[in-house]
Amino acid sequence: MNFSKKSLKLMSVVAGTMLMGSVFAGCGDEGSADEIKVGANFECTGNVANYGQATLDGFNLAIKEINDAGGVNGKKIKVVSADNKSEASEAVNAATKLISDDKVKVIVGPAVTANVIAESQVATDNKIPIIAPDATSPDVTVENGQVKPFVFRSCFIDPQQGSVMAKFAAEKLKAKTAVIYVDNSSDYSKSLGKVFKEKFEAAGGKVLMEEAFLAKDQDFKAALTKLKTANADVVFVPAYYEEVGKIVKQARELGFKQPFLGTDGWDDSKVADIAGADALNNTFFSTHYSDKDAEVKDFVDAFTKEYGHAPNVFAALGYDAGKMLADAIKRAGSDDPEKIREALEQTKDLKVGTGTITMDKHHNPIKQAVILENKNGDRVMVAKIMPDAE
Amino acid sequence: MKYLRKNDFIMIGFAVVLFAVLQGLIAGRILSSFWQLNLLIVGINVIMAVSLNLINGYTGQFSLGHAGFMAVGAYVGVVLTTNFHLPFLAALVAGAVAAGILGFLIGIPTLRLRGDYLAIATLGLGEIIRIVIMNIDYVGGAAGFKGIPHHTTFAWVFFLMLFALFFIKNFVNSNQGRACLAIRENEIAAESMGVNTTKYKIMAFTIGAAFAGVAGVLFAHSFYLISPNSFTFMQSFNYLIMVVMGGLGSITGSIAGAFVVTFISAALASWPEFRMIIYALALILMMFYRPQGLFGYMEVTNMRIFRKIFKKGGRADG
Amino acid sequence: MEVTHQVLQQLVNGISLGSIYALIALGYTMIYGIIKLINFAHGDIYMVGAYIGFYAITQAHLSIVPALIISFVVTGILGMVVEKLAYKPLRHAPRISVLITAIGVSFFLEYTSMYFVSPTPRTFPALFGDVAIELGGIVINGQQMLILGITTILMIVLTYVVHRTKTGKAMRAASFDTETAQLMGIDSDRIISITFGIGSALAAVAGVLVGVYYNSIDPLMGIMPGLKAFVAAVLGGIGILPGAVVGGLILGIVEAFVSGFVSSTFRDAAAFAILILVLLFKPTGIFGKNTKEKV
Repeated sequence: MNFSKKSLKLMSVVAGTMLMGSVFAGCGDEGSADEIKVGANFECTGNVANYGQATLDGFNLAIKEINDAGGVNGKKIKVVSADNKSEASEAVNAATKLISDDKVKVIVGPAVTANVIAESQVATDNKIPIIAPDATSPDVTVENGQVKPFVFRSCFIDPQQGSVMAKFAAEKLKAKTAVIYVDNSSDYSKSLGKVFKEKFEAAGGKVLMEEAFLAKDQDFKAALTKLKTANADVVFVPAYYEEVGKIVKQARELGFKQPFLGTDGWDDSKVADIAGADALNNTFFSTHYSDKDAEVKDFVDAFTKEYGHAPNVFAALGYDAGKMLADAIKRAGSDDPEKIREALEQTKDLKVGTGTITMDKHHNPIKQAVILENKNGDRVMVAKIMPDAE
Repeated sequence: MKYLRKNDFIMIGFAVVLFAVLQGLIAGRILSSFWQLNLLIVGINVIMAVSLNLINGYTGQFSLGHAGFMAVGAYVGVVLTTNFHLPFLAALVAGAVAAGILGFLIGIPTLRLRGDYLAIATLGLGEIIRIVIMNIDYVGGAAGFKGIPHHTTFAWVFFLMLFALFFIKNFVNSNQGRACLAIRENEIAAESMGVNTTKYKIMAFTIGAAFAGVAGVLFAHSFYLISPNSFTFMQSFNYLIMVVMGGLGSITGSIAGAFVVTFISAALASWPEFRMIIYALALILMMFYRPQGLFGYMEVTNMRIFRKIFKKGGRADG
Repeated sequence: MEVTHQVLQQLVNGISLGSIYALIALGYTMIYGIIKLINFAHGDIYMVGAYIGFYAITQAHLSIVPALIISFVVTGILGMVVEKLAYKPLRHAPRISVLITAIGVSFFLEYTSMYFVSPTPRTFPALFGDVAIELGGIVINGQQMLILGITTILMIVLTYVVHRTKTGKAMRAASFDTETAQLMGIDSDRIISITFGIGSALAAVAGVLVGVYYNSIDPLMGIMPGLKAFVAAVLGGIGILPGAVVGGLILGIVEAFVSGFVSSTFRDAAAFAILILVLLFKPTGIFGKNTKEKV
């Protein structure tokens, strides 16, 4: 067979493009002396792109504010972002690129627990610290009882949220029985379900039924019909806002009158848009801040000004990660990854977008939690919990 | 036959030189770890593409469940190395056997289906495998399997890839392989000529699945963590794209396809917003200009350039 | 609650879910019927339809009916454009190349939409109050009934068009043998284009209705429903209009029953398992005719 001229030309174009691409991606400039390179490894495409993108938006806002205020130690922070396609192996790939080709000093992201865990090994091998803005599983920073020296996060962890909600259900709502409805494709959701069950039963309650759905599902009525037969006092749905809105809407339609409980994945105004204010009455969720708090008002305003819509919880946590990072670089006094790592470990009483944080010995920030109630389209704070450090 | 053997030696010689050069680049730290990692991915993708090509390209059975077999290999492999501390080689063999057996069992009933019906059935089977894994807590469920030792090295990938390529090349050129080609060209005609179509279809399917299992083990041991998310039907599409882009029924094509797809994806990593858009356009344009893929049915050993270099003209049915 | 009540409620849930699959499957099956292409981009056309409806309602402040019509027309045109640009040049290429192009078109629609509308889901404003009817403890949603009604009407209209009109006759001829149809004076290209237009427009109707009913749309919303609709179409016998509807309903009911009485985590696995089982006994789907192949 002979290749026609046309196809040879096409092939050479393809080969040329690839070569150019590899040169571009391969050279990765060392960065000028007056900037510090920071990697952002997020889910920009794929099935959780909306969470990754929101976190990145928040993070970029924090970095922009810092740079506008003159940067840190006289240097500007430069964000190099890489996409991980919402997939663990791609997260490793992206982190490797950021470290080896872009020579970043520290990485922020990804959003999803599994992707962070996959990435953490690369970071440890290369001694580059990472900050996970919204990965709440305890396994992110601790492995076999050992703290991973280079892995940090800027959010609270599942056991804390799960026990807060279990306690709230048992004590405040006087619930005796509960059903749990988790997202089977999410580590976050499953581990919260587990903690809630454990703590709720320890408090004398009983979990009557557990069901699961998959992210991106549209219709939840079949499982809800089944859950309804249990007739429990409360329904616990630790999941993300997109599905939560639909679940609450469809559940109320099927005649659920019980209170619904949730976690920080609920923290987005979309829940109310999807479910409708009426359906959302009598639901409670734990999160990191109340947008009515005076101390978070600055962040909410700045974000709304920048992006034209209010931030959700992912954006807020991305913003916190940015602030935490800048603070650490400042205290480290240099862009040496090891020094940044030490500074991150010593984070103390740092004011970030959603409150004040101090790093504990497991690299988890000690951070307030709040419980909000959805009431006629508004959110009312019903409790503020300052967790004790473990 | 003599001609064939000579080509084999040329290819092996070429492979050894290539390996030496690449290994030198890696050892000399000239290649950044990002491109090293992508070299591993290319190798794994070549195994996936060439094994899928055996099913899709050579036997003409439209399978869309290849990622499922890869998942089986990956999970069997990591359980053996991580939980039972067996050597990597054992994991590779077990992964291949497990995926092969599953391919065999699935193949018996489903390969009666034809064309698009087979495609959707295999796609469904791939998804069923993934959903079942997601529900097994022993392997981490949706959260994924953590703490996998990093056993996959460039040498493992390269030589297993070479093995897969030569195995499949020789299979295609064997009696059994000819039977598979006959099935692709016309199943009914093949059957009336006395080819036991079911037997050869299942044979191709099983071999393809087993190599996907090997690729799965290699894949799992390069990334510390695997989750069912890495084996969705979208992933199967990706391997199909590699095969078609390179040329259905061309081993050279599968190598080229795996190479092109992996490198487009890696080179575009810095432009997350446009990554998938450019990839999509590349795909569409590629199909416009070369619907039969880069190489069509052609192998590199048959091309004029190759023959010119190695002088001996002759039969072109390698 | 007693078991019969549960069964009935799950049946209602299943039918309502199935009617959505059916609605998407109608377009899928039409397009497959005419050019034997698994149009993997169909789910994404459905997504684009939903977004057009969304912008018609929120930006142009239209009510549901005009929004549906606009989305129907615009998405129909989009379908024809996609066919002209992406599939027509490959009319004589191997079928698998066209399939890869379809995957490419699917990625292209998903990620250009994501670029322009961001990955954040959008919500429709409340257009009309929820009407939920309760019949002896069984809850039936008004919008669900509307979707089922529209699906049925469209199926009947389409069946009529395909079997009784001149265009329909041309469609069937082109589907049977494109080249011979051409010889008989049928402009096959035009007929294929029309089929794509109608199929895509149907997807748009589904997109807008689903958007309004579930109240949330995002750029990747088409992937799963697209796949399920394809499963439904194959289940019923691909290329056969009533088959798509029956396949969709069966799929919905199976999913509801598995979620309700077994475990929701195995729902999708069960959907595929049913498909495979049916295919093993009827290799061309429930309504598919077994044609003898000749050499």
